[in-house]
Amino acid sequence: MSDVWSWQRAADVLPFILEGFKVTLLATFVGTAIAAVLGLVVALARRSSNRWLTVPLGVAVEFVRSTPLLVQLVFAYLLLTDLSAMTIGFVVLGVHYATYMSEVYRAGIDAVPRGQWEAAKALNLPRARTWRAVVLPQAVRKTLPGLGNYAISMFKETPFLFAIGVVEMFTAAEQYGSRTFVYTEALTLVGILFLVASYPTSLLVRRLETRLA
Amino acid sequence: MAPPAIELRGVVKRFGANTVLDGLDFSVAKGDRVTLIGPSGSGKTTILRLLMTLEESDAGLILVDGDPYTHEMKGRRRVALSERRRSLVRKRVGMVFQQFNLFPNMTVLENIVEAPVHVLGISKEQAVHRAKELLDQVGLGDKADARCTQLSGGQQQRVAIARALAMDPEILLLDEVTSALDPELVADVLGVLREVAETTDITMLIVTHEMQFARDVSNRVLMFDHGRIVEEADPETMFSAPREERTQEFLKAVLAG
Repeated sequence: MSDVWSWQRAADVLPFILEGFKVTLLATFVGTAIAAVLGLVVALARRSSNRWLTVPLGVAVEFVRSTPLLVQLVFAYLLLTDLSAMTIGFVVLGVHYATYMSEVYRAGIDAVPRGQWEAAKALNLPRARTWRAVVLPQAVRKTLPGLGNYAISMFKETPFLFAIGVVEMFTAAEQYGSRTFVYTEALTLVGILFLVASYPTSLLVRRLETRLA
Repeated sequence: MAPPAIELRGVVKRFGANTVLDGLDFSVAKGDRVTLIGPSGSGKTTILRLLMTLEESDAGLILVDGDPYTHEMKGRRRVALSERRRSLVRKRVGMVFQQFNLFPNMTVLENIVEAPVHVLGISKEQAVHRAKELLDQVGLGDKADARCTQLSGGQQQRVAIARALAMDPEILLLDEVTSALDPELVADVLGVLREVAETTDITMLIVTHEMQFARDVSNRVLMFDHGRIVEEADPETMFSAPREERTQEFLKAVLAG
């Protein structure tokens, strides 16, 4: 019995995993921040009438969306040797999710009724002001649940950082396991921590969904 | 003589294969209150939308106070004006929509103050002061800090009127402003507009199905059908003794319903 689960081992590994958990959270927060900002920039840029901007951007977005995160991480890691693995990891996560979030923004912007644009025009509001004061505040409100869901997905995909040697929670557990040849406690704790963090967050997002709907 | 407030010269508007306006000419003198009537699809609302630059005309010219608005002639070619030049003319035109189109992310006061501050460059305090006067005028002095979504349709429409008036327009376009309202809310909105008509010299172009309102407020009525003016008269004549058969049919149908 004690071979399967040891409370002692669980207690031993917990500090490592909590250290890793900090990196996991940091990656999620930094990645989400990058994705949220870059996603908005992409969504706005794709509405430009300049095809020299929109066509290459469209191709880039499709490319990022249609290739696996894991491949992108390793590729960037091998290519950008000057940067730390952690920096690369955060940025790649951010860019990868920016492409998804840009679609959420696009849908949010499209959902702003045409009458709002027309009222802004009838008041002669300049374009920039129309975006900033009328369209984006309404669009972003509608996008919050979508962005939240992607932030949760990103959180759950941080173990891919394992591939480039960033010691987040899963990597910490894996490293402990390869030192001691016992994985059960470490991986169980990782699973529990993921669950404990993401389940309440997803409940929050769902509440947000019904409240903003 | 002063140029007309609004002049349309040979304006054509098509939606796909459907020609809504086919070479329309008419002008509205300064201070005139003109009501456009006619069956739906006759192009009335399209005229207002062209005047607000919410639609692009396919041919012809639109002038405001004699100034080219959306296009001008360069020799024999019709060229579109830049957005900057359009906006200079558009400042003189205001519009109230059937669906109010208030900004739901702002309070009532913010809705009214937004454009005077950010378009006309009026100071915040001055704009707020004026907005409160206008809210009093439309009978909503106590709703300044309310969210638009908390207001009834009639109240929202009165805020929308105040919002348009805050820009001191020379021309006000009213696009079926009571059509989306419950019947018991219509009177308040029309009352506010009657007062605006009595106390200002704003040129008004009105599309409405409220024939009594058209009769009270306007000094000219144009009957439209298939994008053409079928008949034009003062309201008294138009509503009691229309000449054209098409007008008679239309009025009979509307007044019966």
